[in-house]
Amino acid sequence: MRVVVLGIGNLLMSDEGVGVHAAWALQEAFVLPSEVEVVDGGTTGMELLPELEDLDHLIVIDAVRLGKPPGTVARLVGDDVPAFFKTKLSPHQVGLSDILATLRFAGRSPGRIVLIGIEPASLEMGMALSAAVAPRVDEVVALLVGELTAIGLTMERRA
Amino acid sequence: MATRITIDPITRIEGHLRIDVEVENGKVNKAWSSGQMWRGVEQILLGRDPRDAWAITQRICGVCTTVHAITSVRAVENALQLEVPLNAQYIRNMIMTAHGIHDHIVHFYHLSALDWVDVVSALKADPVKTAQLAESLSDWENNGRHVFIDVHERLKGFVGTGQLGPFTNGYWGHPAMKLSPDVNLLAVAHYLQALEVQRYANKIVSTLGSKTPHIQNLAVGGVSNPIATDSQSVLTVERLMLIKEMIDKLGAFIRNCYLVDVSAVGAFYADWTGHGQGITDYLAVPDVPMDSAGTKFMMPGGYIKGGDLASYHPIKTFGDPYFRDGVAESVKHSWYNYSNGGALHPWKGETTPHYTDFQDDGKYSWVKAPTFYGKPAQVGPLAQVLCGAAAGHQPTLTYLNKVVDTVSTLAGTRIPLTALHSTIGRHAARAVRCAVLYECLQANWQALMENIAKGDVKTFNKPVFPKGEVMGVGFHEAPRGVLSHWAVIKDGKIANYQAVVPTTWNAAPRNEEDSVGPYEAALLGTPIADPERPLEVLRTVHSFDPCLACAVHLTDLEHKTVVQVKAL
Repeated sequence: MRVVVLGIGNLLMSDEGVGVHAAWALQEAFVLPSEVEVVDGGTTGMELLPELEDLDHLIVIDAVRLGKPPGTVARLVGDDVPAFFKTKLSPHQVGLSDILATLRFAGRSPGRIVLIGIEPASLEMGMALSAAVAPRVDEVVALLVGELTAIGLTMERRA
Repeated sequence: MATRITIDPITRIEGHLRIDVEVENGKVNKAWSSGQMWRGVEQILLGRDPRDAWAITQRICGVCTTVHAITSVRAVENALQLEVPLNAQYIRNMIMTAHGIHDHIVHFYHLSALDWVDVVSALKADPVKTAQLAESLSDWENNGRHVFIDVHERLKGFVGTGQLGPFTNGYWGHPAMKLSPDVNLLAVAHYLQALEVQRYANKIVSTLGSKTPHIQNLAVGGVSNPIATDSQSVLTVERLMLIKEMIDKLGAFIRNCYLVDVSAVGAFYADWTGHGQGITDYLAVPDVPMDSAGTKFMMPGGYIKGGDLASYHPIKTFGDPYFRDGVAESVKHSWYNYSNGGALHPWKGETTPHYTDFQDDGKYSWVKAPTFYGKPAQVGPLAQVLCGAAAGHQPTLTYLNKVVDTVSTLAGTRIPLTALHSTIGRHAARAVRCAVLYECLQANWQALMENIAKGDVKTFNKPVFPKGEVMGVGFHEAPRGVLSHWAVIKDGKIANYQAVVPTTWNAAPRNEEDSVGPYEAALLGTPIADPERPLEVLRTVHSFDPCLACAVHLTDLEHKTVVQVKAL
């Protein structure tokens, strides 16, 4: 089984980078099994193709505009994810929807896709998360652990 | 009566570029290129440790991560007059060239080919005839009829589901689409093969850079790759042998597929050698340094005036004053204010936003307008290939002649070298540059192996920051052209930092003298068959490989303009 946890976003634009921060936090807090690869996708596009080919599970973490209070965490699964990236809700919709479409054409789509989204408070220049979003990273990590556990993987918290 | 067309966004992968044209009597008579997002990354760097700048600057852009990282360490090294060990140069060169190869292949096959290739038309192709055609063009091993039959079937299934995926919203059936169904099928098949091949280039970058898409192995003063012949965890001879296999596979694809396909598109669209010329003052910097100090380069660079190769003025070293003193940026037509009037040298550069609305004769872009000795310049693979030709650079000439010969044979008429100053010429030059990058990648692999065999495993020289102020410029001939980072360092901290990126040069708005930028100039005179579907505008702008993510940045929701024509 191959699983990728993909954090995307721009680390230079505060909450825009929350997906990457959360992916790092998962890696720092847990010893992950060898089936799982954590990818810091930043704002890259086609460079991610090789990492995302022929996966059993793809779990994406990104800042998304839901129109909810900042820090709200949401989960989407399956066909809703590519559809979601075609809307205007995510700043990275163009890149990821193109990658997913290309993977489909090449016959290398992930078996299952889950998206964990976080509503940003600030997209200002800056490398730190806002006060509204930073405390939610632990919650996102717990959700990620839940996703991985649900597909039969086990992991240990680092000492 | 002139018709105004606004295209926003214009890029497939990275958005934020808006193009406005005025069409009169079926031709563009006015053009504006506008960056729709603000870039303020420079301000994040103020007061930081210069040794950290590269890791931050590689987050400027999602497409050009490594190029900003490499240019940043070069800027700091230039400020410190710090040399880097040979192994570090070779490893950096391999990362750079592999990244460039990846970028060029993906740009041609996955981002711009759909401007020329009609995917839906490929359904009407006869796969057997496609195979005959392909075999007549090249002895590429993956041109057999079974390949085209398989792709044809797959395409039918894909289109049948009504989900065209990456091909959605194409200008299918547009009168400017000229390829036959068989050639279209050939292109779709190579689109898929290029998806496979680009993985090898990516794998080279991730093996050497520890990770991709954001490399981890750089350091001011060298690289952090320990070299050993007996350990699993570091750069070993075994890993280098795997890299060699991937280099060979890239070379086979570039020579037998990419160069041939670009020639075929050029021949079938020979009329496009007459469109999109624009500014013929070209600027490129030398790259792939083969010594510690950055004075000997495998790829030449310099300045060419008015498209005349005899006017070539080379740039010779990192920090060459001819380059260093020639660059300035104007904000007369950009949404910034300078504390005093006139253009500014990047070391004195300022980033103070001043948004107005879109003013045709005033400010209309978040992109600044860079100039070289007061003039706009076109940058990119075409600029670099022309400098190579002017300098008598053998690998450039060899591949350039191969492309020109193939195009001439297919078109049935002799195509002159001046045809390069065009929309299609930029695609041809990119393929030539890709082949030259492959030669450089190969040569640096060889040089690294030989140097290690001599017992030299040094990869890092420790930087020492002096008291007081030092200034440095780092440059790199990136996939989209000249990239320069300008750092002012005071008491070991960054006091000013400016990045003048390739797309800033090419997507520049009008400058201090109100002269148009390269995109704008290239669009003038372009014929537009159907103002509702301005495919011709996209062709010319895409031929520059626009990447506005690093020219500007930051979501600008309040000022978002209405999408009038949605590009792919």
